[in-house]
Amino acid sequence: MSAAPQKAKAGAEQINVKVSAVVPLNDLVTRFEFQRTDGQRLPTFSGGAHTVVTMNDDGRTRLNPYSLMSDPTDTSTYAISVRRDDQGRGGSLFMHTRVKVGDEMQITYPVNLFSLDLRAKKHVFFAGGIGITPFMSMIAQLERSNGNWELHYAVRTEALGTYVDELRYKFPNKVHVYYDDQSQSIPLEELLDGQPLGTNAYVCGPKGMIDWIHATAAAAGWPDAQVHSEEFTAPQPGKPFEVRLCKSDKTIQVGESESLLEALEREGVEAPFLCRGGACGQCETDVVSYDGEFIHRDHWLEPEQQAGQKIMPCVSRFVGASLEIDR
Amino acid sequence: MSKFQFPESIKSRPVYGTLEPRVGKFHLMIADAEGAEAILELAAQDSALMAKSHIIFIPNGTDYGDQLKALNPAQYYEGPSYAASVQRIRHVLANAHQGLQVYLTGTEGLMGQAQNEAMQAGIPHTFIQTEHRGSVARRMQCVHCKGITEDVMTDPFVCSHCGLNLFVRDHYSRRLAAYQGVCIDAEDPGNVPEPVELYK
Repeated sequence: MSAAPQKAKAGAEQINVKVSAVVPLNDLVTRFEFQRTDGQRLPTFSGGAHTVVTMNDDGRTRLNPYSLMSDPTDTSTYAISVRRDDQGRGGSLFMHTRVKVGDEMQITYPVNLFSLDLRAKKHVFFAGGIGITPFMSMIAQLERSNGNWELHYAVRTEALGTYVDELRYKFPNKVHVYYDDQSQSIPLEELLDGQPLGTNAYVCGPKGMIDWIHATAAAAGWPDAQVHSEEFTAPQPGKPFEVRLCKSDKTIQVGESESLLEALEREGVEAPFLCRGGACGQCETDVVSYDGEFIHRDHWLEPEQQAGQKIMPCVSRFVGASLEIDR
Repeated sequence: MSKFQFPESIKSRPVYGTLEPRVGKFHLMIADAEGAEAILELAAQDSALMAKSHIIFIPNGTDYGDQLKALNPAQYYEGPSYAASVQRIRHVLANAHQGLQVYLTGTEGLMGQAQNEAMQAGIPHTFIQTEHRGSVARRMQCVHCKGITEDVMTDPFVCSHCGLNLFVRDHYSRRLAAYQGVCIDAEDPGNVPEPVELYK
């Protein structure tokens, strides 16, 4: 069996899996474990990788990316941890309310847009809430190579401290937890000061936390290339709009609560993807003509590209009279 | 005139910029010969810079030392050669922390070798500032015997280790901090073009 999807179309190569465990961790977070239905081994991955889970929600296909949080060298089982978002578009609610042990699902081969820089002399992780997940697999990877790391993990309350007990038990000297409801916060400036040359910082959490850490590190003279972050933007709902697809010779409607990428997939139009969160650049699409305003939500395009040249269908929308894209 | 505009070349060839003050916890400046002029211009842009700066200067026969000392940096060191200074450079980098800014200026050989030390200490090469000043001589590696010949001014030149006649390429190695020199008369020994001064 060849584990590597080199010949496959990026992002589209699927693995058939069955749910082998569903483990509620607290009021908001549940862990789901997957094994291959054909009994074969899963591919190894690298710490920080994610997979896109396909959900069949009564005929509607949902595709949500989740960080793999199991040990990257464990090829028997993959695990993701999903935070329920009652205000979200429904993917996490589907996982929490509908997915049961024994269910068959499809997930994509792992893709890593948030990998460790193994040249680093030291790795400092900053996690906010469910942002802990990629660090679980990074830590497992680093522990095998005796890596130099520490974790600073901000959670809302003790009850919502996902994996806090496990991490503290295994790594009492490396894991530092900060509770919002006890008015504790990450002492960022002090933590960044005096780190050995070649230290890399990694942040996964809410957008405000990511921006804060990038800005504070830059002000302390850290190279931007040594501050890594991952943020998946869930596509936001918006007004329905019509799109002309010049290659496919089709005109399609994008509904209020679906993304342009989802509308393309619904219509059977081939559209590549990896992260579905505006970060990887895979679904980048040329704009042929437009009359109206773009609502860009990606972290990929340059401002001049966003000014009418390109659009990221996974997260961005359009409001106006007409839009024609190269799909 | 210490500035020189290098002609456009292949992607492998390093491109140098102009030093500018950046925010940082500490500043390490390494210069040889006319590189001192770039440090003087840098200091003039930010009066607070020198209090947090360590200057390592290799005069190579120039007399900028007094002017640099007059900038009153936190630390000043003058070395007789790069080889004599590299122990100090390694010591400074080994004890440095995140937030260090590195400024390299002078000849390509000095900048390349000091950049290599900084990279090995953990600084991304894209984050290290460089500004070329002074001699355009090159540090060359003979791809045949692997020996390094410093201060090459003509093309072709004779390898100071194995004696082959070497063609000066723009193909550069960051790891070696040297350009590649390739035998020019391998197929027709003795048929060696007249050496021409670089950039003439």
